[in-house]
Amino acid sequence: MDFRFSDDQRLFQRTVREFLVAEVTPERIRAAWQTPTGRSDELWSQLAGLGLTGLTIAEEHGGLGMSELDFVLLAEEMGYVALPEPLIDTVLVGAPLLARCGNAALASEWLPRVAAGDAKLAVGLACHPLVADAHVADLLLLQHGDEMHAVPRAEVTLTANECLDPSRRLFRVDWTPSASTCIAAGAAGRALLGAALDRGALGAAAQCLGLTQRMIDLAVAYTRDRKQFGQAIGTFQAVQHLMANVAVKLEYAKAPVHRAAHDVAHDAARAAVSVSHAKIAASEAALLAARNSIQVHGAMGYTWEVDLHIFAKRAWTLDNAWGDRALHKLRVADCVLADDAAIGAGATF
Amino acid sequence: MELAYTDKQQAFRREIRTWLAANVPAEPLQSFDTAEGFRQHRAWEAKLNSGRWGMVTWPEELGGRGCDLIEWQIFEEEYWRAGAPLRVNQNGIFLLGPTLMEYGTAEQKRRFLPKMATGEEVWCQGWSEPGAGSDMAAIRSRAERQGDHYVINGQKTWSTRAVWADWCFGMFRTDPASERHHGLTFILVPLNLEGITVRPIPQLDGLPGFAEIFFDNVKVPLDCRLGEEGKGWKVAMATAGFERGLMLRSPARFQQTAARLVQLYRANRASADRDPTVREAVLRAWMDAEAYCLTTYQTACRLNAGGKIGEESSTNKIFWSELDQRMHETALGILGARAELWPHAPDAGDVGTWLDGFLFAQSGSIYAGANEIQRNIIAQRMLGMPRA
Repeated sequence: MDFRFSDDQRLFQRTVREFLVAEVTPERIRAAWQTPTGRSDELWSQLAGLGLTGLTIAEEHGGLGMSELDFVLLAEEMGYVALPEPLIDTVLVGAPLLARCGNAALASEWLPRVAAGDAKLAVGLACHPLVADAHVADLLLLQHGDEMHAVPRAEVTLTANECLDPSRRLFRVDWTPSASTCIAAGAAGRALLGAALDRGALGAAAQCLGLTQRMIDLAVAYTRDRKQFGQAIGTFQAVQHLMANVAVKLEYAKAPVHRAAHDVAHDAARAAVSVSHAKIAASEAALLAARNSIQVHGAMGYTWEVDLHIFAKRAWTLDNAWGDRALHKLRVADCVLADDAAIGAGATF
Repeated sequence: MELAYTDKQQAFRREIRTWLAANVPAEPLQSFDTAEGFRQHRAWEAKLNSGRWGMVTWPEELGGRGCDLIEWQIFEEEYWRAGAPLRVNQNGIFLLGPTLMEYGTAEQKRRFLPKMATGEEVWCQGWSEPGAGSDMAAIRSRAERQGDHYVINGQKTWSTRAVWADWCFGMFRTDPASERHHGLTFILVPLNLEGITVRPIPQLDGLPGFAEIFFDNVKVPLDCRLGEEGKGWKVAMATAGFERGLMLRSPARFQQTAARLVQLYRANRASADRDPTVREAVLRAWMDAEAYCLTTYQTACRLNAGGKIGEESSTNKIFWSELDQRMHETALGILGARAELWPHAPDAGDVGTWLDGFLFAQSGSIYAGANEIQRNIIAQRMLGMPRA
């Protein structure tokens, strides 16, 4: 029993954090809002240069051959800066699906390109009918019933749907399923779709941890600077407790997310409930962080000008991405309320 | 990261499970806030100790097993799973014991720890005073040094189990000119000394779980001081840290409550689902208890590897105390009109112990540092928000 990340994993996290905080600034994010795609080829090349686009891809395909456990800490950092690029969808969700779909030719065709930073993946599941970043994806992995299909972007028609988060680009995808696009069906299809949901939800949960920390940092800094009644508002207990409540929520969402990453990495039978628990806990932390951070910012918190909304909006959209709250609560209920549920003291591991 | 128990850990679990199965009393003991219940619980501590299960985290030479914090979690999981009695000497073994190991002299350890382990000497706390609750630095009870002893005068209150306990540990002001957390000294006081009066205070359940302790020129030998004179605050903070932290409220307790809540919900589902929020509350209980367990294992692994417990431990107290309150509120909602009945009432049916637990849960957000104080600590020390 050793519920810790390795020194190497923590070192990699610090390296990626330093890069992201320096490069993915609120100014850069705001600038990207004004561009047609909202995405930066230059930033993607930089991410590829760090090895991030090939992190979960096997070395034989040009990747680093690392695991979801290595990636989850990085996904937290991507949340901390609200990274707009589809790195999580491509690397944590898409690439592993290609690797395990059983189609070696498809994997050999695409994974080296993904690892090299030359191709992006988008994933569309029935639980969220619009596909994020379909416009910049080279290959789309799409659900059709209990089948998973791999469809090049040239073969689909996209209709943009503007949404709350200016960084988030959503598309209705019109396409025609065919035998040639189907990469998994029946039981194999359901397994792949389940893996896609677990991975996407894990990525969202990890981002929510980073988003929560960022909103705490922004709000705490604001409470030090902003003075009312002749003193910093952070000295007021009512203000302190708003942020303390967020810290408590965050503290008890971390371990569930890390456990979920472990279970996904090991294909554990209980990965579904671990992931859903993590998604619910991390999302609630991020929602509370958004609510209370806006509150302590006062009217400034309700403006476009203050950077806080970059992170709040990401938290709000992720709440129902990769399975809405009901879906994840039902998955927890299926486990906890079952006749043979293994619950109680000593049943956790 | 490795989330599986080692063979040694699994063997340890089997060993304690087997021992508990053979030794846990078939009938629940009476409340340890009654004379007879206290006697029963003291006897249970002796029995636990005879199996060397009393203080598993203590070093072997002190009657323990030198268990690390993961083995401690395993012990607690099996203990709560077996429905074993509450620990009547918890203030001693979980709070004072570790503090003694850190600050006590060799002689003090030899003198106090073995009898603490057997339950022969049960300890209570002497922190709060009528004018010093959350503001513990406002302590006014005096300990005046006279030759080879201190003379103590003053009053302590809210001392849990002081009515039956043998010893009290607490803080007293040794420097009359001092203020706040300076000039306080940590002293161990036998409760049978001349000049001590213990006055019971009935708790919400009507039993004398609390007491006030009055000190009227009580002479305590100097060797009952723990740590340096005037440095009691530092010693006390170590105790408070243990209390908030891993020892006092291990996750197993709340995981068992959550599991019982799931059972209660499943057994009463038709009626419970008339309130659509109940299912959500039941699932949340399980998730939060699970999160507390996972987080505790993460912390335990970090501490085992040489890490220090940090300010984030202040989140712990808030999390479990509020979880416990929500779980019991949910249970009473499921029980409906029966919820108000004590288990011995003729028409109580199978209400179980939820009402008692509900009352006790009310205290969780107050003792060991009120949750408002914990939130101040989180804001100021963990988040770095400014102090007034």
